[in-house]
Amino acid sequence: MGNLRSVEKALEHVDARAAIGADPDQVREADGLILPGVGAFPRAMERIRATGLDDLIHERAAAGTPILGICLGLQLLFERSEELGGAEGLGLLPGAVTMLDAPGLKVPNIGWAPVRWERPSPLVSGIPSGTPFYLVHSFVARVTAEDVLGTAEYGERFVCAVERDNVFGVQFHPEKSSAAGLRLLGNFAAKCGAKAPAAA
Amino acid sequence: MPLKRVIPCLDVDAGRVVKGTNFVGLRDAGDPVELAERYDAEGADELVFLDITASHESRETIVELARRTADNVFIPFTIGGGIRSVEDAQAVLDAGADKVSVNSAALARPELLSELADQFGAQCVVIAIDAKRDAEEPPTSSPTCAAPPGWFGGSWGVYVKGGRERVPGRDAVSWAREAVERGAGEVLLTSMDRDGTNDGYDLELTRAVADAVPVPVIASGGAGELSHLSDAIATGGADAVLCASIFHYGQHTVAEAKERLAADGIPVRH
Repeated sequence: MGNLRSVEKALEHVDARAAIGADPDQVREADGLILPGVGAFPRAMERIRATGLDDLIHERAAAGTPILGICLGLQLLFERSEELGGAEGLGLLPGAVTMLDAPGLKVPNIGWAPVRWERPSPLVSGIPSGTPFYLVHSFVARVTAEDVLGTAEYGERFVCAVERDNVFGVQFHPEKSSAAGLRLLGNFAAKCGAKAPAAA
Repeated sequence: MPLKRVIPCLDVDAGRVVKGTNFVGLRDAGDPVELAERYDAEGADELVFLDITASHESRETIVELARRTADNVFIPFTIGGGIRSVEDAQAVLDAGADKVSVNSAALARPELLSELADQFGAQCVVIAIDAKRDAEEPPTSSPTCAAPPGWFGGSWGVYVKGGRERVPGRDAVSWAREAVERGAGEVLLTSMDRDGTNDGYDLELTRAVADAVPVPVIASGGAGELSHLSDAIATGGADAVLCASIFHYGQHTVAEAKERLAADGIPVRH
């Protein structure tokens, strides 16, 4: 999907070297992993399992490799989602993914929304709280309080950024969020070290 | 609610921006990607590229445009013109576009909208409608019959070929409704009466369509000053405003537009 290409180009823009793919050797050698994602949760997990990527991601996460989930990629980090009948996720973070609770509002939620940082983090360093990011989503992760990094408002205040140790996730699209998004990706690349190929 | 959006629109012919090259400081003012980067830097929320290349070879040029834009511009963008099939849409979305806009192809074959929505999701599908006011008088008026209830200024026909040809049997409000039911996730509504006039958006048209559909409406055609943008949102009910010449000719920057909207109490990203 175009999303992959946009993430790759945005990383190049912040001087990170990115590789698209699910090649196990590449994933094993990468300084950081990015799980982008558009589409539906169950099918994405099916493909991740079919390629054995789930075990590999767990292995890398345990080894301390920085991991960033974007949009559906954030949702995949959690234990399960109710989308399309439900499916098990990677379970790197505790919690489940459910539909946005936005009575009277259009779903999917599409557009720019101010994001409030709930705590400091290297991922959002230099990006003021309240900076708008671009979102396209119908589902949100219900997460434990200590993993919450950022929230936004749509019918409800929902979690749109998470962090636990080396595992990060953002519901918004940094690759489509102009200068602020590039800054966030640059921060992630910095966390990965000097050279930062990203795969998945 | 999502913030209201300001969307510069670039008309592209054979890979070059058609109107509005009155910018200083651009290496190549006719290059749509360089102009797009400029708008991104100024705070544009999205971009729309409308390819008006007349030839049937246009698919190659729009795919290339999408690819070059995605390489350099990091805000959502829509490509319209020349999208006639799921395959056409797939090509520009793969190249990095976020949405496709369809107009005459959807009028010729309305099922296209459902095919696109099934494949990519409604959030990727924009129905572009070129509307022109039909008549001064309400359709049923006569010397002995007052305007029907709810009539507030007329009806609007749907046009193709740059406003030269009316589509028989279609009116803008009901076509917008049908297009959304078939799968369009957004309506790009252009007033052919106002386009190029600088007289402001057709607020009645905008309001009529915004009230008729449950998806965002982008007002287009007629912006001549910044107050027109506020009017389209506050009075017309638009979720976003599309502008071309007001920005292209350097009359105003996107940043100025955002400041004006914010000053008028409209929530924007700035």
